[in-house]
Amino acid sequence: MTDKVLMDRVDRFINILNQARDLGLTVADADAGQLTLCLPYSEKIIGNPETGVIHGGAITTLMDTTSGSVMICALDEFELCPTLDLRVDYMRPAEPGKPVYARAEIRKMTRNIVFTRCEAFQDDGEIVATCVGTFMRIGKDATPKAYRDMIMGVDQ
Amino acid sequence: MTTADILRETQQTGDFTRLLESIPYAGYIGLQCDRFGDDLIFRLPRKDSNLGNPMLPAIHGGVIGGFMEVSAAIYLMMSQDTFRMPKIVDFSLDYLRAGLDRETYAECHLTRQGNRVANVMISAWQKSRNEPIATARAHFLLEK
Repeated sequence: MTDKVLMDRVDRFINILNQARDLGLTVADADAGQLTLCLPYSEKIIGNPETGVIHGGAITTLMDTTSGSVMICALDEFELCPTLDLRVDYMRPAEPGKPVYARAEIRKMTRNIVFTRCEAFQDDGEIVATCVGTFMRIGKDATPKAYRDMIMGVDQ
Repeated sequence: MTTADILRETQQTGDFTRLLESIPYAGYIGLQCDRFGDDLIFRLPRKDSNLGNPMLPAIHGGVIGGFMEVSAAIYLMMSQDTFRMPKIVDFSLDYLRAGLDRETYAECHLTRQGNRVANVMISAWQKSRNEPIATARAHFLLEK
């Protein structure tokens, strides 16, 4: 199931991240506690020109962004959650010319910490990489109200 | 020129221009490398498109990770006697401080070199080497 309200919130959030905008990240799907983002193929993020395979760094950014935005799909109010750590396993090279998707879910959310899991895959469904992450909850008060309202879509 | 030729030239001259040009992603984030004796220091000059959180503003965590990954791969290639292409297997990254909108540095250490797998530690800092913004370790598979 797709939740349009959540998709719009995540869309507003990732569109103010310069690097996410520059990579062309888009929201593919959002639902309670889970989120899928899409990284389009582009030549500027190639790691190996002989094969055209994109660099792992771009996939790390995709999975960090997806895992770091999935809390928007679980919290009633927006709060910024900085990354504590990420562990990325690269299973196989992404096939050139095709987008890469990342689907993140929340495994556990405590008062202070959000535990996430994420999988990066392509249209054939084969896993390209997986990522386990932990994020710090600094609380909604640490995020300016105008910024929170903008993400939540509250009219000023 | 093959990647092996470029690497040989880089090892001889210490000029990383051609090697970095051969990795589009390195140019995309703006990675630079300088050699001091045998030591390599990687640099990521400040760049608007590398930013994430616009409130601080801070560099996107993924870019810091990508910067450290490319640095580790180049460091590993340079440390080999014969050309071997490193393929990253896994990457574990701890974020210690916000990466502010300024130049970032990284250095690497080869913790263990086996026949096929190498373990590399990477440290990234901005203000002082003693105050890292992130540390990471990576496993690479080395192919002939």
